[in-house]
Amino acid sequence: MSKIKELEQLFTKGKITRRDFITRVSALGFMAAVSPALLSSTAKAATPKKGGRFIIGITGGSTTDSMDPATLTSNMNQNVNWQIRNNLVEIDHNFNAIPELAESWDSTPDAKVWTFKLRKGIEFHNGKTMTAEDVIFSINHHLGEKSKSAAKAYLKSIKAIKADGKHEVIFELSGGSADFPFILGDYHLTICPAGTEGLEWEKGIGTGGYILESWEPGVRSFSKRNPNYWKEGRAHFDEIETLSIVDTNARTNALKTGRINYMDRVELKTVHLMKRMPGVNVSAITGTAHYTIPMRLDQKPYNDNNVRMALKLAVNREQLVKQMLRGYGEPGNDHPIAPVNKYYAKDLEQRKYDPEKAKFYMKKAGMLDHTFNLHAADAAFAGAVDAAVLMKEQAKKAGININVVREPDDGYWSNVWMKKEWCMCYWGGRPTEDMMFSVAYSDGAPWNDTLWKNDRFNKLLISARAELDKDKRRKLYWEMQEICRNDSGTIVPMFNQMVEASSDKLAHGPISGHMALDGMRTPERWWFA
Amino acid sequence: MDSVFGLVVKRIGMGILTLFAISIIFFMGVEALPGDLAEEILGQNALPETVAAFRKELKLDLPPHERYFSWLGDLMKGDLGKSLANGRPVVDLVGWRFANTMFLAISAAVIAVPVAILLGIIAALYRNSLFDRAISIATLSTISFPEFFVAYILIALLSVQLIIFPSISNINDQMSFWQKIYAIVLPCLTLTLVVVAHMMRQTRAAIINILASPFIEMARLKGIHRTRVIVMHAFLNALSPVINVIALNLAYLVVGVVIVEVVFVYPGLGQLMVDSVSKRDIPVVQACGLIFAAVYIGLNLTADVLSIISNPRLRNPR
Repeated sequence: MSKIKELEQLFTKGKITRRDFITRVSALGFMAAVSPALLSSTAKAATPKKGGRFIIGITGGSTTDSMDPATLTSNMNQNVNWQIRNNLVEIDHNFNAIPELAESWDSTPDAKVWTFKLRKGIEFHNGKTMTAEDVIFSINHHLGEKSKSAAKAYLKSIKAIKADGKHEVIFELSGGSADFPFILGDYHLTICPAGTEGLEWEKGIGTGGYILESWEPGVRSFSKRNPNYWKEGRAHFDEIETLSIVDTNARTNALKTGRINYMDRVELKTVHLMKRMPGVNVSAITGTAHYTIPMRLDQKPYNDNNVRMALKLAVNREQLVKQMLRGYGEPGNDHPIAPVNKYYAKDLEQRKYDPEKAKFYMKKAGMLDHTFNLHAADAAFAGAVDAAVLMKEQAKKAGININVVREPDDGYWSNVWMKKEWCMCYWGGRPTEDMMFSVAYSDGAPWNDTLWKNDRFNKLLISARAELDKDKRRKLYWEMQEICRNDSGTIVPMFNQMVEASSDKLAHGPISGHMALDGMRTPERWWFA
Repeated sequence: MDSVFGLVVKRIGMGILTLFAISIIFFMGVEALPGDLAEEILGQNALPETVAAFRKELKLDLPPHERYFSWLGDLMKGDLGKSLANGRPVVDLVGWRFANTMFLAISAAVIAVPVAILLGIIAALYRNSLFDRAISIATLSTISFPEFFVAYILIALLSVQLIIFPSISNINDQMSFWQKIYAIVLPCLTLTLVVVAHMMRQTRAAIINILASPFIEMARLKGIHRTRVIVMHAFLNALSPVINVIALNLAYLVVGVVIVEVVFVYPGLGQLMVDSVSKRDIPVVQACGLIFAAVYIGLNLTADVLSIISNPRLRNPR
């Protein structure tokens, strides 16, 4: 019955929809136990209302932020980007690709040629009508020699983009890719008017639910509802104010005193106090974000799988989740696929802390006297140095020596990650298995931070990518997760939850785990009840 | 007065040389940090080819001295350049933030300077009394706590418990002057608490120092009241060191408040400079650095001029 109580709470707080609630309770077989009053009283809240000024206090904003979709580096500009712009494809809370500016799409049976039909009569904020030309321009912005786009790496498979009339865009890929629509749902790939350049990016002209009125990087953005918005049942607020509040205490106080309605990254040390605060709701959502500890397999002794296995077994994941994440997370299983992903291998055995076995493997490799240098800085993720020290103590019980090398935060991603033999790292995760594996685990991928090369894995990756049959794909991805777990050079100790807090005056549908702030779409999906 | 004029001209000339030297130091400092803007912006998402394209677009692939002199050349023409990160003119980024920084600094100074001097005079007047000790302990305590701690205490008391003042001071153009004043009460109070001690202690010490002089004794022997002796005779002669400490503290209010800015989410120059350094956005770093340096030089010059004017012996050198 405790499960039912939990669901009831989730439902009354609006964390799950009425439909979700009924299905999940029915699944438990307890529908009769639910008070009918519960369902009638909150049903009202499920109908979105228009109006109000929604004020978000957000981390990560920097005065160097830009609205150029090629360099959306912070939570703040990613969120504002989706206030004002749309993609061809949206990724919903169930990790499905649903139509956004494209009303439908289709592919050849080998998943090599994709045709996207665009919605007609959609206008940019400046009055220009959106056509295939704008779409091609927006995607090409990330491609080619002059591109400085962070999205370039996963658009590499695009061979050609063509328009067929004004409302059809055809993508030709170098290999079959069943998940291609998901790639177009990436936050960089929003559609902007053709010919945008230089400072024009900062004006933020898009097709989105809000029109950018003012934008001061690292400080504040202000946008007003687009009266002409084409998407139904979305963008309910009159105005959105996005404030960059770097300091956690400042965000907490601002929410507590009603100066903001929403904050991301709640301080885990004090979240229990926050939960008791009147008028505040705390949400903890498991997404695809996870911590990794990659080893470079081109360097000794990490080329020996016995060593890798020993190090994987020497990590006490439960303790890390408990102490580093205060329980707001789940232990990882040494592969990057999250429980929310579609083809997550549920039945794969969870790797446990086993000092004896770790010692056995390390002995087999003849490396018990070796000192393993683990490079860490909090730039990798908040608490990375502490986590490394904790791991050092855990490994000691297996007779394994870890030496934590403290690195500067400055330049961590260019000087330590992928350069040092073993270091702390963080991934926001990807909505599909193919994107995640392709970007960081496949042979030759630019961010394959372990230089791992497993022939069977790479073969499976390519066949799964082009496979349109769901059951066959599931089988392929499950095997890949197993290979990754047992052979790859990455330790995946944990998946962290996104813990955020909001005013209880807000209402919303199911929260997405795709990215922080309800898949970065709070401004579009939430409303004042 | 010719000597004052000569001094001002000489010092302004020296100031410009100092600024020039500072710009070189800043440039070399940022260059010495690991990585550049392209790597810092792209971070984990960097590819060698995107970093190279980024560098080429921003001309970061040119040798450092060429970039420095091209920046200097533009500066001579009165052009501060553009932010490397988002292409905005540096003037647009810096202008309104500098105004905000000055707004907060002046507001804090308007409270802090009179309060400090008054407390200093009273402390000197009732030297070694309970009152003297009490304000010494109080002001020295507030200066000994880190700024963010004072700020959090004020927020906890006046914003969260009593709900009188807002906990964040994110002023913007949509606010009127009085709304802005209301919004910055807490940061202003924090800064006041942090700077009062220096000025108050200096005032007290300078006055007490002067009180040992023969002319004070003379004044007392004439039968003048103690308050009048201190305010009219001692304080005016103690002005010179007091002015110097005030100038230092005013400079601090302009250049040293980044922590207060972060805690109160106040959009000032400090945060801009910190962000720009961490992303290696050199033109913005240079502009902020030059402004801060100019403020220091300007206030020091003002302090010297005022010291000379307030001191007859310096005013008319023999």
